[in-house]
Amino acid sequence: MNGVHDMGGMDGFGKVEPEANEPTFHHEWEGRVMAMVRAMGANGGVNIDSQRFARESLPPEVYLASSYYKKWFLAIENQLVERNMVGADELEAGHSLHQSPPLPRGKFTLDDVKRCETRANFDRQPQGPASFKPGDKVRTKNINPLTHTRLPRYVRGHTGVVERINGCHVFPDTNAHFKGDHPQWLYTVVFDARDLWGDDADPTLKVSIEAFEPYLEKI
Amino acid sequence: MAHDHDHHHDHEHSELSETQLRVRALETILTEKGYVDPKALDAIVEMYETKIGPRNGARVVAKAWTDPAFKQALLADATQAINTLGHVSRTGDHLIAVENTPQRHNMVVCTLCSCYPWEMLGLPPVWYKASPYRSRAVKDPRGVLADFGVTLAKDTEIRVWDSTAETRFIVLPMRPEGTDGWSEDKLAELVTRDSMIGTGLPKKPAEMKS
Repeated sequence: MNGVHDMGGMDGFGKVEPEANEPTFHHEWEGRVMAMVRAMGANGGVNIDSQRFARESLPPEVYLASSYYKKWFLAIENQLVERNMVGADELEAGHSLHQSPPLPRGKFTLDDVKRCETRANFDRQPQGPASFKPGDKVRTKNINPLTHTRLPRYVRGHTGVVERINGCHVFPDTNAHFKGDHPQWLYTVVFDARDLWGDDADPTLKVSIEAFEPYLEKI
Repeated sequence: MAHDHDHHHDHEHSELSETQLRVRALETILTEKGYVDPKALDAIVEMYETKIGPRNGARVVAKAWTDPAFKQALLADATQAINTLGHVSRTGDHLIAVENTPQRHNMVVCTLCSCYPWEMLGLPPVWYKASPYRSRAVKDPRGVLADFGVTLAKDTEIRVWDSTAETRFIVLPMRPEGTDGWSEDKLAELVTRDSMIGTGLPKKPAEMKS
């Protein structure tokens, strides 16, 4: 979706402001939100892409005005309600009021914490040979789906070069909507900044994205 | 921003913010439904507060600075190379290490959200997830570097890696001069979090606390 989350190349947000000695969490609730989202992902209630889509789907004014973990919280609440795991009445009451569907991988317990130390594996068996190889010139498609995509707007319709093949992975565009893995080849595609931003761009700059094969066409 | 350094889950505040109340309500609901064990949530929080942080990445960088064979393996397949090191925590697929050279400086961003190599660097800092960095890194990286007090030579090529998939990136910064013969442990002290994102450079020996 063409949401406000897709920020690459936007102007006007001001300076980057690093914080010295930043704590892991600024408020105790931020840690609880992070842990709940990890847990509900690990037990199969949501997935990484569905969570991203839920955050992107927050109204732009809410997205921009909310802190990072506030966005995570609003998104997980919305998702759990949409997926009938939590009722709006229960959020209101602050307690479970009725039966909810079981989770695909059951309750998240202490035994599950260890596997949260490392990232899940998104590698999948290829469905066919890769269409592109390093050195190939490609153009990113001009797509504007209302659904989730990982092709940022600032590269759409631009010409780049395939630099490396990174294997075959879960396709976020379908996984976000619980429509299956649909494994796709993943490439690093490099763009010259002047192709993206025009003649005034930094001549020393190259930008790459990680592009799934359906985002690309041969030229 | 007000800092709340209280990490006790059941500590009672006299005034609870609306967000705190809502977060507690959701945790209560998920617990009552048997979806999560709150002790498991405590363990996740503790893991990121005490165990997983930029020290992991710093040790990998220091190892690459002292061991050419490891460096080669790291640049070829970072996940595999790191998982052969017993003393550093494991990392998931697909970690990619990118090397800074006198000709080329690498910088990592996630314009769409906040993708970041958690196992190597811990949870990302607020600025990494905020609009100014996400919007400008791909268009004006030198301006962003200036916000961090970093200036590169005019002809240094800048490569920005936008993490738009499940690949993750760690920058292998250049080893500072004047560190010949230093041990891995001592070198790791020079490796800052930002130098592994590409928004900073490693400390120089003179910046070390004696």
